[in-house]
Amino acid sequence: MCLGIPGQIIEISNVQQKLAIVNVGGVKRQINIACIVNEQHPVESCIGDWVLVHVGFAMNRINEKEAIETLQLLEELAELVSHQQ
Amino acid sequence: MKYVDEFREPRKADTLLRAIDKLSRQLKKPVKIMEVCGGHTHSIFKYGIEEVLPEAIELIHGPGCPVCVMPRGRLDDAISISQNPNVIFTTFGDAMRVPGSKTSLLQAKAQGADIRMVYSPLDSLQIAKENPDKEVVFFAIGFETTAPSTALTILQAASEKIHNFSMFCNHVLVIPALQALLENPDLQLDGFVGPGHVSIVIGTEPYNFIAQEYRKPIVISGFEPLDIIQSIWMVLQQIVENRCEVENQYNRLVEKPGNQVAIAAMNEVFEQRESFEWRGLGEIPYSGFKMRAEYAQFDAELKFTIPNQKVADHKACQCGEILKGVLKPWQCKVFGTACTPETPIGTCMVSSEGACAAYYKYGRYSHIAKNMIHEKEKVRV
Ligand code: SF4
Repeated sequence: MCLGIPGQIIEISNVQQKLAIVNVGGVKRQINIACIVNEQHPVESCIGDWVLVHVGFAMNRINEKEAIETLQLLEELAELVSHQQ
Repeated sequence: MKYVDEFREPRKADTLLRAIDKLSRQLKKPVKIMEVCGGHTHSIFKYGIEEVLPEAIELIHGPGCPVCVMPRGRLDDAISISQNPNVIFTTFGDAMRVPGSKTSLLQAKAQGADIRMVYSPLDSLQIAKENPDKEVVFFAIGFETTAPSTALTILQAASEKIHNFSMFCNHVLVIPALQALLENPDLQLDGFVGPGHVSIVIGTEPYNFIAQEYRKPIVISGFEPLDIIQSIWMVLQQIVENRCEVENQYNRLVEKPGNQVAIAAMNEVFEQRESFEWRGLGEIPYSGFKMRAEYAQFDAELKFTIPNQKVADHKACQCGEILKGVLKPWQCKVFGTACTPETPIGTCMVSSEGACAAYYKYGRYSHIAKNMIHEKEKVRV
């Protein structure tokens, strides 16, 4: 139920209603992007954003920097674990 | 970065498992960690995570599957709305097979009710626009993950003045449920893997009471296998170091304050019910949403007469114990015999996020479950 799938916004289809076309694993569909727009990040600037899609809505933008850091931490852990053995 | 495969890499999982194994040797006693969210339960079984953890760590599967906690009475109400001759009843596919006291929505559809599966509440609104002479009702279920979407849909319907659209609101809230679990003396939990997508909406602060008042560690987690294994490792670290904190493993999506647009939409349209019934768990105070009076015209509970009756669970069903994590699915006497995904008796067997369905489907990975199923006698109900 709470499933969310990452997708990338490729086109804005309705600025006023905050609708955009998102590419989710090669499938294109229209979603509502109201939850990811604000004054600093207007509708038009959402193209290229990676978002998490849930029941036809973008829930949030995916923070690439944080994602990289999470994976980086695991790399470091790998070194630590192998050193200790 | 595609944000999927990167978080499934076996080599990194292996590293984490080695780190977990090492830490677990420092435990003074075996620990029980509850994953609250049904999405996590599903991933844990799909990837066989339970099987690769050291014996000292037991995962308890929590009540975070909105389909599983839907009480029979509310389902009967939904079915009764769908049986109105002028109604098109729309629902997420997940709810179609949930057994009510007599039938499910799927059976009601076979008997002639106009019930349609939709992917999004917006699809339901679209059906309303295309069928102005029909009443279109959306079966709003889900936690705080889904509630903002239905709230935004109501706001859209209000701004477009679509009057033949309404919702049967059954949204449930994670925090009151967690509070109820923590108050349960049967459950001795040592930590939590916290719901990721709910937290995108509500942020991490609402969980502070778990660490501060109940002194339990909680780590908000993503849904890919690496996310979950890393979160278990983080909970374990807290336990070993004797810390109780709210930590966030899913920081690529969850921010401390949550999502303000989503929260505002939810608060605009919904208010907390004084009490809401959860299947198996009973009444929990302030644990569900209802529509605010300002949006009464979109409230199916007011638009239609519903039976509004409480119906006890099936006598053979132990979903309540499963949802609280007190029993394992294979300990229910009808599991895998009378109760299967094809003929579910309880809700935990319906949704792919329910612990019973997950054990049933991925049971081949679980030695314990497999042995138990073979030893069971056939039971009929
Ligand atoms: S096996 Fe079926 S009846 Fe038993 S607890 Fe699970 S869902 Fe309920």
